[in-house]
Amino acid sequence: MKRDFLCMQGVSADTLTKLMDDAVGMKKIVLSGDKSRDILKGKTVATLFYENSTRTRCSFEDAAKYLGATVTVVDVSTSSVQKGESILDTGRTIEAMGTDVIVIRHSASGAPKYLADNVKCSVINAGDGLHAHPTQALLDLFTIREKFGRVEGLTVTIIGDVKHSRVARSNIVSLTTMGAKVRVYGPPTMIPVAAERLGCEVCTSIEDAFRGSDVIMGLRIQLERQQKGLFPSYGEYARFFGVNPERMKLANKGAIAMHPGPVNRGVEFSYALCEDECCYKDVQVTNGLATRMALLKWILED
Amino acid sequence: MKKLLIKSVLVRGEKKDILTDGDRIEKIAAGIKADGCDVIDADGLTALPAFVDMHVHLREPGFEYKEDIESGSKAAVAGGFSAVCCMPNTKPVTDNKYIVRYIKDRAKEVGLVKVYPIAAVSVGEKGETITEMGKLKEAGAVAFSDDGRPVESAQLMRIALEYAGGLNMPVISHCEDLSLVNDGVMNEGYISTLTGLKGITRASEEVMVARDIVLAETLGARVHIAHISTKGSAQLIREAKARGVKVTCETCPHYFAATDELCKDNDANAKVNPPLREESDRLAMIEAIKDGTVDAIVTDHAPHAKHEKEGGFVGAANGISGIETSFALSYTALVKSGEITLERLGELMTANPASIVNIECGRLEEGGKADITLVDLNEKYAIDKNEFFSKGKNTPFHGREVYGRVRFTVVDGNVRYKR
Repeated sequence: MKRDFLCMQGVSADTLTKLMDDAVGMKKIVLSGDKSRDILKGKTVATLFYENSTRTRCSFEDAAKYLGATVTVVDVSTSSVQKGESILDTGRTIEAMGTDVIVIRHSASGAPKYLADNVKCSVINAGDGLHAHPTQALLDLFTIREKFGRVEGLTVTIIGDVKHSRVARSNIVSLTTMGAKVRVYGPPTMIPVAAERLGCEVCTSIEDAFRGSDVIMGLRIQLERQQKGLFPSYGEYARFFGVNPERMKLANKGAIAMHPGPVNRGVEFSYALCEDECCYKDVQVTNGLATRMALLKWILED
Repeated sequence: MKKLLIKSVLVRGEKKDILTDGDRIEKIAAGIKADGCDVIDADGLTALPAFVDMHVHLREPGFEYKEDIESGSKAAVAGGFSAVCCMPNTKPVTDNKYIVRYIKDRAKEVGLVKVYPIAAVSVGEKGETITEMGKLKEAGAVAFSDDGRPVESAQLMRIALEYAGGLNMPVISHCEDLSLVNDGVMNEGYISTLTGLKGITRASEEVMVARDIVLAETLGARVHIAHISTKGSAQLIREAKARGVKVTCETCPHYFAATDELCKDNDANAKVNPPLREESDRLAMIEAIKDGTVDAIVTDHAPHAKHEKEGGFVGAANGISGIETSFALSYTALVKSGEITLERLGELMTANPASIVNIECGRLEEGGKADITLVDLNEKYAIDKNEFFSKGKNTPFHGREVYGRVRFTVVDGNVRYKR
C-alpha cells in the first residue's frame, strides 16, 4: 500500500507523534553545516503547484534535496488551473517518468485526493482549496510541542478567516487529535457553518479569544481567493480582529503567536507583534522544513 | 383495435385482469376471457397508472453525447414512465416552435414514451424577453421554464406569469439566487465545512421561492416551483397554499432519499443543483410529501457523460441520472417505510404532475388511458448503474438496496418495456 498525506482526518496521534519525533532530528540537520543526507537517495519528488507559493514549495524542495532525493519542479501556468482532466493527465505524465511522490497544491478542494485515487505514486497535499493543508498543521503541531513540551491540555485559538482557511481546518483536526482545546474567532462572515461540530469552540469576543489561550494562531486574509466585502476594511479588521502585543497580554503567560504566512503586516498581526519575541512565524518556517523532511521519509520508507 | 390482456394483477389490492382495447382500458374484472390478444401473466405484480415525469433533461438537440431522445425514451419506459416533459436547456435552446416540433417528431419516431416539450420562458434562456409563448403552445409545448437557470429579473417573471397565465400554461420556476450561490458547489453545512467545498446557503433557493410566491399572490397568477430541496422552501409553499396562493411544487427522490453525507468523499455523482441537503431537510421533504405541500415527484433526470463527472467535485457537472431509479427510491423511502400509501405515491408520480401540465395520464378504470406500469413490489435488489438504458450513468445510488422493480411498461396499450 502506498502512503499518501492528504488531510489530517484519520491521521492518528501515534503517527503524528512519530513524525514529530523524527522531525526533531531533521531540524538538527537543517540547522547544521552539512545538510546532505542520502536517506532518500534514488527517489524522485515532483512538485506540482497550481497555486502560487513560495515557502511551501521551497520547503518541500529543500526537504527532498537535503535527504538526497531528486526534485522535479513542474511548471504549471496558473492559467490552466481548474480543468480536472489536466490534473489527471499531468499527474499520470509525472508518474510515467518514475516519480515516487507528487506534492500538489490546487485551488479546488479535493483535487489531491482525486489525483491520489488515480495514480500509483504517493501524493502529498500541499494545500487544496478551502479543504486541507496538512503539512502546515504538522509543522504547527511540532512548533507548539517544541515550545511547550506537549500539546495535550493546551488552548489554541485560531483568529481570522476560518471559513476560507484550509490551514484552520487541518489544524483543528490535528490539534484536537493530540488533545489540545481549539477555539476559533473572527468576523461572523468568516466563521464556517457548524464550526463547533469540527470539535472547536467559537469565541464570542476578541477578549475571550485571547483569555486562557496558550497559542494564538492568526490566518492570512486570502487576497487571491477572498471575495471582496466579507469585512469592510483592513483598518476595521485590524481594530477588531488583529493580533497585537497588548492583546497578547490577555493570553496565558508565555503564550505565543503563530501565523502560516505570509503575514499582512498591520492587518492580522500588528507591526509591533511581528518583531515581538512571542511571534513564532519564522520558527515555523524552519520547522516546516524539518517536518516535511520527516514526512517524506515516512511516505517513502518501506 | 389491438388488445392486451394483463392477467392476475393486483389492482388497488385486488387480484384482477385488465383488458385493453387500443389506447383505452376496456375492462377490469376477475377472470376475463378474451381470444386473439397478447397476454401478460402478471401474477405477483401490481398495476399502477404509468408514471409521468414533468421534469427531465433529454439533452437533444445539442448534447446527444449525454443523452438523446432515443436513449432517454428507453430509460423512461424502463423507469415505468409513459410520459415525460423535457426541459428546454438544449442547444439551441427550445425557445421556438421548430425545436418543439423536432422533439415531438423524434419522440414519435422512437415511439416508446410520450414526450411533451417544455419551452423556454425567455429567448435563449437569457432572461431578457419572453418567448413566443402562444406559438410554442400551438406547437405542443406544455409549460414554460428556464430550468437550469433562474429567471433573475422579477419583472420578467411577472410578465411571464401573466402572459403564460393568459394561455392557461404553467410557468415552472428554477429557484436560485445566483448572488447567494457565490461559487458554491454543495450544501452549506457541516459537510461543506469538513470538506472545504464551498457551500450554497439554503437561502439561495428560499429567497427565490419567496419572490415567486409573492409574485403569484400579488398578481393572482399561477406558478410551479421546481425541485424544492429545503425545509424552508417547503414551509414557504405550505403557508402560501394555506393562504390560497396558486402555487404548486415538486421535489426529487434524491432530496428525500439522500443527504449531503454523500458528498463527504467528494463523489461528483452526488453533485446536483439544488444540492443534496441535510437530514432535517430530507425529513422535511417527506413531511411535505405527506401533508400535500409537495404536489409531484419528478426526477430532474440530468444525464452527463462520464468525463463531465470526472476531474474532482469542484469542476464536475451538476445532475443525477434519475429516471430509472425514481420509482424504487420513492417506493422504498416513502411507501415501504410506511410514510404514505402506494395510491398516494401514484398521485405524486402520475395524476398530479399530469394535471399540472394538463396532459392525460393513465387511469386504472374502464375507459381510462391504457398507460400502465406493472411492478414487483417485493423484489429487493441493488441499483446497478451499468444496467441503465440512459447514457448517463451518473448516480450516487449505485449499489443502494431498494424495493420495487418495474417489470412492464404499457404505453397507449402497447408493451414498451418488459423485464
